[in-house]
Amino acid sequence: MDPHVTDPSAPLKGKPSKKAERQLAREGKQQIISFVFMIFLTSIAFLTVASDTIPNRFAIPFILIIAAVQVIMQLYYFMHLNERGNGWTNIMLWTGFFVAALTVATLMLLIGVTKY
Amino acid sequence: MAEAVKHEQTLPSHPEKATLEGKNKFLGFWFFLGGETVLFASLFGTYLGLRNGVADGPTSQDLFHLDLVFIMTMILLTSSLTSVFAMINMKKGNFKGLIIWMWATVFLGACFLGFEIYEFIVYVDYGLGFTTSAFASSFYTLVGTHGGHVLFGILWISTLLIRYRKAGITLTNAPKFYVASLYWHFIDVVWVFIFTVVYLMGV
Repeated sequence: MDPHVTDPSAPLKGKPSKKAERQLAREGKQQIISFVFMIFLTSIAFLTVASDTIPNRFAIPFILIIAAVQVIMQLYYFMHLNERGNGWTNIMLWTGFFVAALTVATLMLLIGVTKY
Repeated sequence: MAEAVKHEQTLPSHPEKATLEGKNKFLGFWFFLGGETVLFASLFGTYLGLRNGVADGPTSQDLFHLDLVFIMTMILLTSSLTSVFAMINMKKGNFKGLIIWMWATVFLGACFLGFEIYEFIVYVDYGLGFTTSAFASSFYTLVGTHGGHVLFGILWISTLLIRYRKAGITLTNAPKFYVASLYWHFIDVVWVFIFTVVYLMGV
């Protein structure tokens, strides 16, 4: 087709290629597995806090690690950061996280600690 | 003259990134999400710094109930999955599937927002006004900003769904739906930290 008449508002017809379909099926399976895993991790985090036998000293770092694992699964499997050609998106997001970590630490120390 | 001619096009394997505009939207949106991360970080930092400053008001131990938060978390996590299903259907060229799963996402988002409004009403009744204490202000600002994002996401996705209800999947709207679903996942990412840092660590 002549590229000059390409109409971006025309409905796309047809099916994805066999290769793309297989890829999508694999992706879908990974996403369902990560969803089940995230539900599992969330339940673990709630149970850890709800039970009285687990001391806070252990529970708080544990649920923070669980949250980090969940977020990474969400980012890489649900938001497709694991696909090829996502170098810049990864850089932008991790720069954001880097600045975010500094911001949280700074604010906690500046306004959280009573100095006078 | 040209606009009357609608050439049918075959479905590319990534309709959301098939045009330069789509690619730019995708990249620009991740840039925006990097900035949003820092916005929420400043609110989290403020909350963590001020959460013990309860003055004479109720403390987080008095207020938080894990069961409500658990239900809200499950709703939002499921809505993340429905928007993933919508994107798979879009890549398969199944427009109906895209629309249905996106509406499911909007519905679950609205349920979540309903629970959050209910939660805030209960807290206000309990005596936690916005200016009651440093804890109250930083809590309402952090969780309320997240709720505002949920509301914005609901309005955004509904607008797209109504605007393109009969359009089919096109090279114009595929990037728009894709970016909206990324935004929705980001809302869920923020909520994971909120339920951990605010609720689980505050009970």
